[in-house]
Formats: sequence, C-alpha cells, structure tokens
Amino acid sequence: MSSLSQPARRGPAPYTNPYLAGIGLGLVLLASFVVMGRGLGASGAFSSACAVAVDALAPAHAQANPFWKEYLESGVGHPLKEWLVFEVLGVLAGGFLSGLLAGRVRRTVEKGPRISTGGRFAFAFVGGALMGIGAKLGRGCTSGQALTGGALLSAGGWAFMLMVFAGGYGAAWFLRRQWQ
Amino acid sequence: MNAPLFKFGLFGDEFSLVVAFLIGIGFGFFLERAGFGSARKLTDQFYLKDMAVFRVMFTAIVTAMLGLFYLGWLGWVDLSLVYVSPTFLWPQVAGGLLLGVGFVVGGYCPGTSLVALATGKLDALAFVAGIFAGIFAIGEAWPAISGFAESSALGRLTLPEVLHLPAGLVVLLVVLMAVGGFWGAAALERRFAGRGAGEGS
Repeated sequence: MSSLSQPARRGPAPYTNPYLAGIGLGLVLLASFVVMGRGLGASGAFSSACAVAVDALAPAHAQANPFWKEYLESGVGHPLKEWLVFEVLGVLAGGFLSGLLAGRVRRTVEKGPRISTGGRFAFAFVGGALMGIGAKLGRGCTSGQALTGGALLSAGGWAFMLMVFAGGYGAAWFLRRQWQ
Repeated sequence: MNAPLFKFGLFGDEFSLVVAFLIGIGFGFFLERAGFGSARKLTDQFYLKDMAVFRVMFTAIVTAMLGLFYLGWLGWVDLSLVYVSPTFLWPQVAGGLLLGVGFVVGGYCPGTSLVALATGKLDALAFVAGIFAGIFAIGEAWPAISGFAESSALGRLTLPEVLHLPAGLVVLLVVLMAVGGFWGAAALERRFAGRGAGEGS
C-alpha cells in the first residue's frame, strides 16, 4: 500500500493482482471450512430477509409455504440471526473498508457508454431478478455453489459453475451494446 | 487440532454469528480488492477482455481445495464434517444458466452486488431490489414448481465419486485445469482487449 503514503494521490488505487486477491479469497474460504465446517454464501441471506418480510405481511400465508417456512425456522432463535445474514453484513463492511482504503467509495452508476442511466437501472433490476430465481433453483449462487462447491469438488457445484459460464457467454453477444 | 472447530463444540451458535461477520469482512474485502465491486470489470469476463473473474475464482478454488485436502490428509480436519450442499442436478443446471444470463444482464452476482453497493454503486441498489423480487417470485411459485425444483436429488455427491477416481487425482486435475486456464486466459485477452462491440463479434 505504498500509494497510501503519498499525500497527493489522485484517483482510485489500482486493483490487486487477481492471483493475490484469489489467494486471499481462498484463504478466507479455507478459514470458513476449518472454523465453521461450511463455506461462503450470499443469496441465502436475501432469502431469509425475504421470508421475514413475507411473514410480517401475511404470516398465515408464509407458514403455509414450505419455501418460506424453512427460512423462518432457521437461525439462532430468530430467522434473521442466521449465519449467512451476519456473513453478508460482514461482506458489506469488508467491501466498504477495502473501497475506502483504495479511494474507490464514490456515488456513481456503473454502465456501458451507450446506455442511459434509466436503462441501466432497468437491466440491473431484471438481471437481479434472474439471479434471485437462478440462485434458488441452483441452491446457491456464485459464492455458495461455484466457489464453495467448486473447492469442495461438489458435483452439483461444478455443474452449476459450468452453466453459469455457459449462460454468461451465451447471453453476452445479445447484450454487448449494454456494456461495450 | 480437531476441526471444523464449530462442529467439535469449540464455540456455540451465538459466537458463530460473530465468526460469520468476521469471515464476511474478509470475503467482501478481497472481492473489492479484486475489482469485483465494478460491473464493467465483472462483465469484461464475458467479452474476453479481462479474465479477472476466472483468475480470482479459480485461484481461490485451488487455494481452498488444496488447503482443505492437505489438512484432511494430515488428519487435522474431519472432511466428513464439512458441509457439502446436496446435488439437485437438473434444477442446478437450469439455475446456473439463469444466473449466468442474469450476470450479463445485471452486471453482478449476489455477493459482488453487495460489495458494489457498499462502495456507492447506485445500479447495484437496483440489482439488489431485483434479487428480492426474483426470490419473492420463486418463493411464491415454489409449491407449484417443486416437482422440478426438487427433482434429481442426488444428496452429497462429489466429483471423485462421480468419476470413480481418487480424490487426490481429481484435486491434481483441477489444479492442472486452472493452470491451463490461466495460460489460455492471457492468450484470449491479448486477442480481445481493446475491441469494441461492433468488431469481431
């Protein structure tokens, strides 16, 4: 972090070498295996929050649906006192900390050069919705299945990961004007 | 050492939430370090211009896989106590495809969208709202689609079992595949870096 010691640094710091960042990420994942006996995740925390919201609005309806019920019955005494919910809060904190140290925390909209801000928001929302559906069918997302399942040599994790890349490359040509 | 520590009762449920938060900090920190709070950096993977997603992901997989394999071999970690999420083959194939398409449509995946949100990306807020909408939709539809969504349940299933190969050999094959992939990634970047949308498609 020599760049931090320079007083008049302009703009954000460059990203870490991908192999070094990958080793760091791998050691965090390994620590999770050794300390907890489980890997990382993200989408499960969204499901817990969603289940709690449905339960608050329509408790009888939520209890009648096995999907919501499973999330409502997990956690340490409360469905939001869930391992993945606290892990995801840590992800927010850790991402903010790294961004702050590198001068990368800035209110902005990330988009390609040819799309409007409103268009970008619409694509982001639709992409997020596809992710939500895909992550539930797949029993996890890039963190829980591809990364964690990949490292554990899980058959489903590897099938899922290969299909993520297949879906991404298959869709890329159709969406090239959004990004390039 | 008897690990996984939690499974051997070294600490309880309440403290496991503190551990979750700390592990999450490390996870988010390295995702942001790698540049994964940026949708353009992430989606460049699918235009073969910047293969950082592949590099970071496979370096992490190889690091954690080798570490766990050796700790298990030394007898320090009881690998049977490490949770492997059960395989549901066809739902996971469909889910992976949807997630891959959603990645290029939306620009993030669930974990990276949180890092993007934490560093001020407003489009990540729309993405996170979309995740909630998608989960709400499939949660409501679950009773109707559970016939498919809970099909091809194969339980805890690993590649060494599927391929009938020793675990050590599969570990070696994954390492070789990653190293070959890193070499190929550099070659692809040299070819596609700097290309716009109209060219070479």
